[in-house]
Amino acid sequence: MMIGKTAAAAALVGLALLAGGTAARADGSGSPTLDAVRARGQLVCGVSGDVAGFSLPDSKGVMQGIDADGCRAIAAAVLGDANKVKFTPVTTQNRFTALQSGEIDVLLAETTWTLGREAGLGIEFTGVNFYDGTGFLVKKAAGVNSAKQLDGATICVQPGTSTELAIADYFRAQKMKFTPIEIQDLQQIRAAFLSGRCDVYSTDSSALAAFRSTQGDKATDLVLLPELISKEPLGPSVRKGDDKWFDIVRWTGFAMLTAEEEGVDSKNIDQLVTSATNPDVRRLLGLDGDLGKQLGIDNKFAYNVIKQVGNSEEVWNRDIAPMSVPRGINQLWTKGGLMYAPPMR
Amino acid sequence: MSTSIAARPRPAAARTGPIAWARANLFNTWWSTALTLALGYLILRGAWAFLDWGVIHAIWQVPQGPKGPNTDICRAAAGTGACWAVIGEKYRFILFGFYPYAQQWRPAIVIALFIALYCISANRRFWRKELALIWIAAMVLIGILMWGGVFGLTLVTESQWGGLPITLILATFALALAFPLAVLVALGRRSTRLPAVKLLCVMYVELIRGVPLITLLFMASVMFPLFMPNGFDVDKLLRAQVAITLFAGAYLAEVVRAGLQSLPKGQAEAADALGLSYWKKTLLVVLPQALRLVIPPLVNTFIGFFKDTSLVLIIGIFDLLKSGITAVAEPAWQGFGNEVYIVLALIYFAFCFAMSRYSRGLERELDRARRR
Repeated sequence: MMIGKTAAAAALVGLALLAGGTAARADGSGSPTLDAVRARGQLVCGVSGDVAGFSLPDSKGVMQGIDADGCRAIAAAVLGDANKVKFTPVTTQNRFTALQSGEIDVLLAETTWTLGREAGLGIEFTGVNFYDGTGFLVKKAAGVNSAKQLDGATICVQPGTSTELAIADYFRAQKMKFTPIEIQDLQQIRAAFLSGRCDVYSTDSSALAAFRSTQGDKATDLVLLPELISKEPLGPSVRKGDDKWFDIVRWTGFAMLTAEEEGVDSKNIDQLVTSATNPDVRRLLGLDGDLGKQLGIDNKFAYNVIKQVGNSEEVWNRDIAPMSVPRGINQLWTKGGLMYAPPMR
Repeated sequence: MSTSIAARPRPAAARTGPIAWARANLFNTWWSTALTLALGYLILRGAWAFLDWGVIHAIWQVPQGPKGPNTDICRAAAGTGACWAVIGEKYRFILFGFYPYAQQWRPAIVIALFIALYCISANRRFWRKELALIWIAAMVLIGILMWGGVFGLTLVTESQWGGLPITLILATFALALAFPLAVLVALGRRSTRLPAVKLLCVMYVELIRGVPLITLLFMASVMFPLFMPNGFDVDKLLRAQVAITLFAGAYLAEVVRAGLQSLPKGQAEAADALGLSYWKKTLLVVLPQALRLVIPPLVNTFIGFFKDTSLVLIIGIFDLLKSGITAVAEPAWQGFGNEVYIVLALIYFAFCFAMSRYSRGLERELDRARRR
């Protein structure tokens, strides 16, 4: 009996492979995570839940931000419905375990892509949804316009963060001196900077820009220096060993970039479905070719993502732009940024 | 010889009224007078400063801009006046967290149910067997309201719960389950005839008491899922609930044991002499007296655990405190944490103060019975 069943299953799998993945859905997709998400009818997405612009509940308790929208995009790609997401808040202490143990399907919690994490933690990053870096905020009155002029400065920094390390490295490399003032609490550190206890406030540049924008009329008194002294590429990560799932998460992100590059957005997409002639756009929307099928999901996955969540520019404008963070290196490569999607064909 | 006016006894009012009280307690020596004046000045100044910040210069509402509320007037008033508008805007998130907005009447009823349950349980008239039925009914009702999925209520999973219901659920279940556990462990630890049970109880208490609650929560949140087969997922809230319950159980067990220890040996011996079985002796003679003795430390532990539930924020559960902190993470409302913290403190205080007043009342009532 047992042998017969196994043989039948093997034959089925073989048939499914021959059929090019179309039959895969009926008999397991070959990706345990994808199967689990489909069985559950819901994507479980780990987010930090308390960082403005990335993932933060609004007054109605709805998660907003670029990471939250990243989760919605994956749900739209896999399940066809951007609302089928369960947001699980994780902390910096338990986020990797939550991913390793299968509690969450994908982690989008402003996690920096590093070699140590990828090689040592059994996770892998599918791409970058935000290029961040450590920056410096100074008062305009100080007359400083480059980080190289900061020799001898007093710098407010949160203890135990990667910022602290980055500053120490940078000043040593530049052969400059600085005095750190370490304050743990976010409110206090900002008050200390505004009251002049320190000349410089240093943390991730996105946070600095957001803080600057909350100052209202006084925002123009504060200057964000152009140098970013560390690389903090933030992006989604998944468990190692489930390559099909990895591909889906990665290409969902790329689909949003490709849509921006091709000028496809949530408003014009329905019109493009009927009128598009550009072969790249037609492939993206699933009108030609079998890009989605190759990933083992709906051939119109990119259509669902863009229609329900938007392309990368729309997401940026919705989540990050209100904080007055300039897009800078997060622009598409065609506009001088680093966002570059490999061809979708 | 006529008596002088000064020598006549003073009217009684001056010896008992509030003025006399103040004179006797606050102004009886020059040193005490100076201290009273200095402290009075500080208190009045503090109270005035708070009134000035919290009421007179406070901002109660902000205009709605195109992209949400415009908090510029609050920012202009920062430092001189409180911005209570943040509470008006965020109170539903602080109280209910991620619970779907349209369904938030459900956790609101749950909060009311919990408070009603506390009130009923507090009243000694209801201390009968039926109380257990009321509790079970209330728990079922709370479960139906929170989860839904039946009677046309939409399903809301635990990951979407948040705010005050989480705090009440964690505290109530932890204490309600830990207390019977604690009594059993305390009895087991005093047992002389069952050395294995005694050893187990001692190990449980000492192991749990030997680590901080935060460590147990990390164990439940980080280590436990790694031991489980992949995909086997016990909800985070349940794991935290179990950790807090076990922790509370160990502490309560020691409190109960103190009560058992302080009871004169004669009581148990008298019960033995009457030929009562172990359980009858324990339930009818020993425990009622022992528990009465330890009401103050029991309530002390209860109050402590009610507040300790806020530690779950480190494993990403949005209880009342975490929801409050998150509410002011939005750029528009950043910097108005003090107002939110004051409101949170008032909520915690209301619950803890009620517990403490109730325990005093209960002590007095039971004491009266003993004196009679």
